[in-house]
Amino acid sequence: MKCFEYMGKELFAQYGIPVPSGRMVTTAEEAEKVAAEIGRPVVVKSQVLSGKRGKAGGIKFADTPAEAKSAAKEILAMTVQGLPVNRLLVEEKLKIESEIYVAITIDGASKAPVLITSAKGGMDIEEQAEEDIVKVHLDVFLGLQPFMAKELARKIGLKGALAKSYSDVVQKMYRCMIEKDAELVEINPLVVSGEQVIAADAKVTIDDSALYRQKDIEYVDEDMTEVEKLARDAGIGSFVELGGDIAVMANGAGITMGTLDMVQLFGGEPANFMDAGGGTGVEGTAKAIEILLAQNPKVIFINIFGGITRCDDVAKALVYVKENKGIPVPVVVRMVGTNEQEGVAILKEAGFEAYRDMKTAAQKAVDLSKTGGAE
Amino acid sequence: MAILVNEQSKVLIQGITGKQGTFHLKKMQEFGTTVVAGVAPGKGGRIHEGVPLYETVFEAVEAHPIDATVLFIPAPYCKDAALEAIEAGIKVIVIITEHIPVMDELIIVNRAKMKGVTIIGPNTFGMASWKCKLGILPNVAFSQGPVGVVARSGTLTYEIVGSLTSEGIGQTSVVGLGGDRVPGTNFVDMLKLFEADPETKAVILVGEIGGNAEEEASEYIKTMSKPVVAYLAGKSAPPGKRMGHAGAIIERGKGTYEGKVKALTEAGAQVATFPYEVVDKIKALLK
Repeated sequence: MKCFEYMGKELFAQYGIPVPSGRMVTTAEEAEKVAAEIGRPVVVKSQVLSGKRGKAGGIKFADTPAEAKSAAKEILAMTVQGLPVNRLLVEEKLKIESEIYVAITIDGASKAPVLITSAKGGMDIEEQAEEDIVKVHLDVFLGLQPFMAKELARKIGLKGALAKSYSDVVQKMYRCMIEKDAELVEINPLVVSGEQVIAADAKVTIDDSALYRQKDIEYVDEDMTEVEKLARDAGIGSFVELGGDIAVMANGAGITMGTLDMVQLFGGEPANFMDAGGGTGVEGTAKAIEILLAQNPKVIFINIFGGITRCDDVAKALVYVKENKGIPVPVVVRMVGTNEQEGVAILKEAGFEAYRDMKTAAQKAVDLSKTGGAE
Repeated sequence: MAILVNEQSKVLIQGITGKQGTFHLKKMQEFGTTVVAGVAPGKGGRIHEGVPLYETVFEAVEAHPIDATVLFIPAPYCKDAALEAIEAGIKVIVIITEHIPVMDELIIVNRAKMKGVTIIGPNTFGMASWKCKLGILPNVAFSQGPVGVVARSGTLTYEIVGSLTSEGIGQTSVVGLGGDRVPGTNFVDMLKLFEADPETKAVILVGEIGGNAEEEASEYIKTMSKPVVAYLAGKSAPPGKRMGHAGAIIERGKGTYEGKVKALTEAGAQVATFPYEVVDKIKALLK
C-alpha cells in the first residue's frame, strides 16, 4: 500500500526524522490558515499517489496566506497524472543548499534490505550516474548499526555535523521500515539546510501482507479503480484493470498471466487480470463473474484448470449469474480438471459452450471480441 | 532418483489438524508420502488420520527421524513455525502459506541460510518426487519420468506438468519456488540439483515477470550439460502493477518479459511462447 507524502512525513516525525513544519488540508481555507500559522513562505503540494507532481503543476509556492489559498484552490481543481487532488500538504518552504537521495527497500534476489543513497538528490535514482550511487545490502539480524550509517555519510562526502545529522536519519529510516513493515522508505530529496538534513519528500510503501498488524496506519486505496475496489470488496485478492474488452477470469496468478498473454498474442485486448483463487465455491465465483460484467466487456473468457477449484462450481456460478442478472455478452469457457464432466454438462444445458483446449478457447474469445461484440 | 526428497523421506506436517492440513494430509498419503508425524498444539498424544500428533516440532523430532516438514499455518504464525522447524534441525521446509509479511520472510529465509536449510516457498504448491509429495500439487498431474520441473507459479505448473503426464512424459521432481518477493529457494539452487541428478534428462523452468531470478538462472544454464525449456508468464503485464503474486511486478523498468527471454535464449535455453509448446519442445529433446 502506497502512503501519501503527508502520511510518510507523519511516520518520519514519529521516528524523529526532521520534516518541514506543516499539515495536510482538504480545502483552500484551511490551506490559508496553516500558511498563517507557519508565518513564513510555504509550499502547497498536491497529495496524489504519483511522482512528477511538480512537472504537472501540482506543487506551488506561496509567500503569503492569501497566495497559499489561491494556490490551494487551483491545485484542488486540477488532476495530477490523471488523478484527482483531494488533499494538500501545506508546509514551510525550505532553504535548500543541496539535495541528497536515500532509500531503503527489499532486494528479493539478495534476500536482504538494501540501502541506496547518493549526494545528487532531487532527481530519480534511475537518472543518476552509476558512480554517484552508493548501494549497501543490510543483514536483517544486524540491522543498520551506527558505524554503517557513518560510513555511508563518508561515502557520499558528508562531514561534521551534517554527517551526524544524515547518519541519524538513515538509522531512523531503517527502524521505521522494520517496525512499520515498509517495503520502501524513500526520501528524495533529503534537503541540506544549514548543519542539518530535512526530509522534503516522503515515499513509504507498506507491505500489503502486513496491514493486519499495522492498524494505526490510515488505509489508502486511491490508486485503485472503481472496479478494482468492487473486486476487493467481493473478496477477490488479485484484480487489476487493464482497459481492454475481453474480461478474463482464471485461477492462479501464473495461469492468469499466461491466459492474458495468449489473448494478447492472438490480437485481443484483455480487460483485466483476475485471479479468482482456488476453491472459491459457487457464491464467490458468481461475485467474480459479476465483477467481470461490471467492466462492460465484449466477451467473457473463463479459463479454469480445476485443482482445488471444482469445474461444476464454476459452471453453476455462471448459470446463476445468467439467470439472476443476465449476461448480455458471449462467454467462452475453457474447463479441465476436478469435476470437469459435471461442469461441462451444466454449461451445455444452459447453452454455454466449453472447450478443453486453452489455445482454441483463447482464439475463440479473441474472434468474438472482434465480430460478436456486445448486443 | 529425485531431488531433495524421495520415496524414503519421512515427513512432518505443521498445522495438520486444520481444514487445509487435514485435506492435504489425505491427498499426500494417497500420493504415497510417508507422513510420520503432525504438530498441533493442544492435541499432542492423539492420532489424526493415522498420524501421531505432537505439541512441538522438537517433540516430534525426538520421536521420529524427519527429513522434511510442510507448513499449513496461517500467515501471522508462519515465522514462528518455520523458525521452530529450522532450530529443530529439519533440513527441508515447505511453506504453502500466502501473504506472509515480507519482514517475516526475511527472518525465516536468512536464518535458514545460516543453518543450511532449504526453504521451498512461501506461497507455493510445494514439491513432489515419486511417492513423496510435500504440498498441494494435484496428484493426477504428476507421473514418474526423466523431466525436472522448477516453477514460480502453481496453476501454470499444473497445466504444464498435467500435459506432460497426459503425453506420457514423467518427472523426476516438480518444485514450486513460490510467488513471493523473498523466496527461500531460487532457480539456480534447483537447477544445480537437477544437473547433478542422474535420472533427470531435461529441465523445464516456468518463470514470470518481476525480480531477476530468471536472469540469474540464465548465468547458470550456460554451464549446464542438460537442456532447459522455459516458459515465462506476464508478457502482457503493464509496468508497476502486481499480477497476483507479490513478486510479479515490473518495477522501475526491471524484471520485464523481454529481458528475461533474452537472457534465457542467450544462455541456450529454449523459450516457449505458449504453455502447450513446452511439451512439444521437451518431446523433441527426449527423442
